[in-house]
Amino acid sequence: MNVETRVYKQADYKSDVKPIWCPGCGDYHVLMSFSRAFAQLGLPPEQIAVISGIGCSSRIPAYTSCYGFHGVHGRSLALAAGLKVTRPDLTVVVASGDGDGYSIGGNHFLHACRRNVDMTYVVMDNHIYGMTKGQPSPTTESEFDTALSPGGTRMRPFHPLVVALASGANFVARCFSGDPNGTADVLVEAIKHPGFSFIEILSPCVTFRPDEKAWKDQVHAAPVGATDDPGKAARRIMTDDGFNIGVLYRGDRTPYQPATGATNFDLSELEKEFEI
Amino acid sequence: MSEAGSNQRKMTMGASPSISIAIIGSGGAGALTTVDTLLEAASTAGWHGLFNRTMGPQIRGGEAAGLLRLAVHPVESLPDQFDLVIGIDWLNAHRFGAEIKAGPQTLVISDPRGGEPPPMVTKSGARVLEIPMKDMAKAIPDGRPNMIALGIASRLLGFTIEQVFAPIGKRLADKGPAAIEASLAGIKAGFSAADGIEFDRQLAAPKPSSARRWLLSGNEATALGALRGGVRFAAAYPITPATEILEWLAPNLAKVGGVLLQAEDELAAINMIIGSSYGGTPSMTATSGPGLSLMIEALGLATAAEIPLVVVDVMRGGPSTGIPTKSEQTDLNIAIYGLHGDAPHLVLAPQSVGDCLFTTQWATYLAESLQAPAIVLSDQFMGQARAAIDRPADVSFIGARVTATNIAGTYARYAMTANGVSPMALPGTPGGQYTADGLTHAQSGLPTSGAGDHLAQLDKRRDKLEKFNFGDHWATVEGDGDLAVLTWGSLTSAAREAVGRAAADGIDARLVAPRLMLPTLPERLSAALKGVKRVLVVEQTHGRQFHRYLRAHYDLPAQVRVFHRPGPLPITAGEIHRAIADWR
Amino acid sequence: MSKTPGTPKVAVLNDLLAVAYQVEIDAVDRYKMLADQMETHNNMELVKIFRDLARAEGIHGEEIRRLAGDFDVAAHAQKIAKFERSDSPEEADLGSAHYLMTPWHALQLSLAGEERALAYFTSIVETAKDPKVKALAAELVEEEAEHVQLVHRLLQRYPKPSENWADDLDPPVSQE
Repeated sequence: MNVETRVYKQADYKSDVKPIWCPGCGDYHVLMSFSRAFAQLGLPPEQIAVISGIGCSSRIPAYTSCYGFHGVHGRSLALAAGLKVTRPDLTVVVASGDGDGYSIGGNHFLHACRRNVDMTYVVMDNHIYGMTKGQPSPTTESEFDTALSPGGTRMRPFHPLVVALASGANFVARCFSGDPNGTADVLVEAIKHPGFSFIEILSPCVTFRPDEKAWKDQVHAAPVGATDDPGKAARRIMTDDGFNIGVLYRGDRTPYQPATGATNFDLSELEKEFEI
Repeated sequence: MSEAGSNQRKMTMGASPSISIAIIGSGGAGALTTVDTLLEAASTAGWHGLFNRTMGPQIRGGEAAGLLRLAVHPVESLPDQFDLVIGIDWLNAHRFGAEIKAGPQTLVISDPRGGEPPPMVTKSGARVLEIPMKDMAKAIPDGRPNMIALGIASRLLGFTIEQVFAPIGKRLADKGPAAIEASLAGIKAGFSAADGIEFDRQLAAPKPSSARRWLLSGNEATALGALRGGVRFAAAYPITPATEILEWLAPNLAKVGGVLLQAEDELAAINMIIGSSYGGTPSMTATSGPGLSLMIEALGLATAAEIPLVVVDVMRGGPSTGIPTKSEQTDLNIAIYGLHGDAPHLVLAPQSVGDCLFTTQWATYLAESLQAPAIVLSDQFMGQARAAIDRPADVSFIGARVTATNIAGTYARYAMTANGVSPMALPGTPGGQYTADGLTHAQSGLPTSGAGDHLAQLDKRRDKLEKFNFGDHWATVEGDGDLAVLTWGSLTSAAREAVGRAAADGIDARLVAPRLMLPTLPERLSAALKGVKRVLVVEQTHGRQFHRYLRAHYDLPAQVRVFHRPGPLPITAGEIHRAIADWR
Repeated sequence: MSKTPGTPKVAVLNDLLAVAYQVEIDAVDRYKMLADQMETHNNMELVKIFRDLARAEGIHGEEIRRLAGDFDVAAHAQKIAKFERSDSPEEADLGSAHYLMTPWHALQLSLAGEERALAYFTSIVETAKDPKVKALAAELVEEEAEHVQLVHRLLQRYPKPSENWADDLDPPVSQE
């Protein structure tokens, strides 16, 4: 059979839906990184499913030309797991934010890392709830003043990368939205890496966190390469300045794909246990 | 039984079409195993039977009672009174004493070392005989009192030792010959001890039948029904009394090329099946009230995004943790009205153990055909009951989802169609890419907050359900007369029996029990009630949820009475019969 | 040969044509994207400016395509003209966009892009071995310098806005 291999361009992964994100938002860059990564991988758009929950970042599926699911708040990882184990042929990318992924969806994050289904989880972290006008999220600094938390939350920010390592994620990276090429490269690697890959993307919110504009001068390449030792990776991440960019951990756990039998099994065989 | 003719005398004396036995014991006494064994022996011999259990709150070692009803006819409701009650011990039996109704005709066998029978038994006028089952068991190496009880029951009911021993032998096959020997010795000892006891409530011989027969629980029937309907993915979070559905599915889904995922909570479970169904795999989960509450938000998503799926709710006493091991019909309101927004979906209710299979299969078919979520309201009573029944008929309802293939040009996921069902593109289909969304969307699937699109999609989702022809399966409609018993769910069996008994008294009554609770079919119910002047609503709730639902959606005649009671006490056929007979 | 890390390798004339073409095309895409963003946020003055800028860069791209004659410059660009470490030189900075931005801000973005392009082609002039490459790069430098001047002239028409240009009298909208 003569199958023509189609070459995909970045533009092939963009829908003609115009994003509602604020101009200047880091998520525009992430969208760009998605299409760059998909083009690099040469994946047909119909073979990719982009799954999300609720929040600014979760609007991303409809901005791609892939299959998408914009579900309820915080549950994208569960929805994606159901899809991937029944459709292992698809490339599944889950998009979330720090509120959707770490607060309301926090429990699913732990168990998705444990379960290690072959998918890529991208969290666009801006340390704030944007869609609801600037409330503190689990990664907001404890002293950050908001209408909902006058004087700050007085709560310790959550450390997603370390939590991912402790829970069993098989690939852990930190990216900066303002480096869309670098982010695309990490995405390519994460998608290729077997099992559950987690990428935390620092993605500034221009509207509620204008201070995050400074991130572009703070981020820097991680001084050392990725390790396959989760303990070492966790220590590094716990002690770094929070702006190390790059792949931080690569594991070798076997992805979770439940074994299953032949689809032509005769159902009447199952009745036998009930027969008198 | 009694093919050898050993019990011929008793059979002719008091042949009864149905007989009931309760065996009570605690601390791992094996009362439930004993009853299950009796059911198995009886079903092998050709009787119908229903085995319910009632238990204390302990995980192990608690008080438990096995309630068994055997009959020559199909039977799926509890008796008004038990004919035989065997108390291996009575420790804490008062906790469920109210469920074990006794009367002057009841024979109670009590172990003198097992404590005092509860007042519900002693004050009933029942005849109490003492047999030292524990001491007798001690005399046998590795002997167990429940085997003594089994021997007593088999002698009194007219089984041979071989008949009751056969299932025990199977059960203990891997425990070795010593255990089997001890059990047989126990059965024999009990059998001898019961010799000479006057007990004239004998079961009439089973009707000869060539029907293939099954012994299974409602939860097992539910799971098999799902597979027959095409379900190939289940997400599982354990909850009483639904867990057995998921535990049966785990190995059996794998056999048929399907997958089961254990979820971290019910929120994950429901979203997992939304994901798998979005990918094209018919999917289900099973839960009970508290879990259903957690799933409600995502059920709204499935409604809006038009994702077919099945959620089985095995109802238990509520609200909150309520009475997890006891039955109630109190999730009707949340199943019908729980979703926020205007969210038309399917709600179905099986009516018996066997019907759990049909209704779940039909629910899967409807969900797939209509691209809508279906809630199946089973309950603890039939879910955890084991019944000996005729094999449910094969039906051809197999999930039939309209998909979009060979897409040319622009694809609109939620395109308007004559029947409101739009072909669904499954991921992997070139040209069909769309984003399923819980946001109000246009035909394309893209978000909108426009009034026109909102109304159009609301209309579409309503009409696809309301215009569908559900056929005759929507309800059970039986009998004639100007009085109708209007009930639903597992109470249908008790109501059917009550209507039958009323007929024997010369009172014609109808039985009407909707199997399809949503969408509502007011014209169909009106037709079913044509000529009816009086309606007796029967439901297992405190707040009359079913009655209020009927009032909201249907026309009822002027005379309506409501017989309702919350769990845990099941409503019996006798109580419904009385309510019919008293309405003169 | 010119190669700084993350930038395309420019060895021969066709490479430079392809890269120069890609630089313009990237700028076009970016301006269109910004125009779309402004359209979504109802800043119609900026929509027009970004579309005009996109059109201008598109004309530059076409000029290079014409200059390349029969050589398929677009196809070659697809293969070699990748800026791996950063935006392509003339792409406006997405992170600097704002829904209330003024023409002055747009021109600042444009100016920065032209200056980056100028610096980029200057570096090729300085490092190229191939005289043909050097010569074309020099032409491109000249052109970019003209563009810089053009933007400066335009900026005289659009003075810097007052400090409170980003004040919004309405509160933000809670969406989900």
